[in-house]
Amino acid sequence: MNEKLKTAVQIGIAIIAVIFIIYGVNREENETVLNKAVNICFECIGLG
Amino acid sequence: MKIKNPVKRKLLQIAAFGFSNFHIGNFKGGELYTGAWKKFCNPGLNCYSCPAASFACPIGALQAVSGSTNYNFSFYVIGFLLAVGILFGRFICGWFCPFGLIQELINKIPSPKIRLWKGFKLIKYIILVIFVLLLPIVATNYMGMGKPAFCQFICPAGTLEGGIPLLSAHSELRQTIGFLFSLKMFILIATILGCIFIYRFFCKTLCPLGAIYGLMNRISIYHLKVDKNKCISCGKCAQICKMEVNPVKTPNSAECIRCGACASVCPKNAIYLSFFSSKYKNKNKKNNQAINESEHTCFETLNK
Repeated sequence: MNEKLKTAVQIGIAIIAVIFIIYGVNREENETVLNKAVNICFECIGLG
Repeated sequence: MKIKNPVKRKLLQIAAFGFSNFHIGNFKGGELYTGAWKKFCNPGLNCYSCPAASFACPIGALQAVSGSTNYNFSFYVIGFLLAVGILFGRFICGWFCPFGLIQELINKIPSPKIRLWKGFKLIKYIILVIFVLLLPIVATNYMGMGKPAFCQFICPAGTLEGGIPLLSAHSELRQTIGFLFSLKMFILIATILGCIFIYRFFCKTLCPLGAIYGLMNRISIYHLKVDKNKCISCGKCAQICKMEVNPVKTPNSAECIRCGACASVCPKNAIYLSFFSSKYKNKNKKNNQAINESEHTCFETLNK
């Protein structure tokens, strides 16, 4: 992959990442993450 | 005083481990940290059911969101993984992953070290697709809720960091132990044994987070570069690499965790780890200038 194409891909992915994060926060996915992370995850510890 | 690369890396790994597991006091009562920081994902693999955990595990969070009734895809977590991946690639695995540090310490146990058969390295991609991406969305109950299949059936980090401490602290939880916990304990023991003989056995074979970052290694901004003009093909870099990568052939291999061991051992300083290609070019330019100047001085001396 030449340098110019690589830079374009990097910029493209960085922009997509930022848009995804903003959209995810906007539809309150981070609250779902918080809700899961503050309670004991029975699946994670092998009981679920 | 300049700190050597392996020492620098180990110090950063310890700092990242401490930062990711800041609430050590919670081990005593078997409670979890419940603050707002758990909205954020940890860049490395660290179970959010570990009493000390400060952040959410990205793989657990990805499954939790995509398996919930409200969503089928996590823009938030995928966006986070893309952002971290495009910036650092598997540099995160080598320098910031708490479970990576645990594996490296286990590997210090004196034993014959063996190389892993290449085919095993593909297992982590299968796990990523089936257990992390597909099953939480497809295998749902009547309410449309999926379970975090990777956490439930595989993750040894969850058993070690979350399962054992929580079950030790809560007798009521111990009464619910069944086949699933035995399966997870078996995977944990197998992983520990694997790590004794094989460097970062879990990273190489099972880690879905390593698979994601590894796929982004080819295009990540932080990258490894080899100056083919300087390289004398001595093979020292490939020999020292514990991830079994040949940096000269595949500098941006999906297995490279950017530990920098190859760059430290290179006798010609032909290997660079950098965010910017310009830094590499400048270094090259300076080196070429130095060579030209020394050649010029030699010619002048000979002429005299």
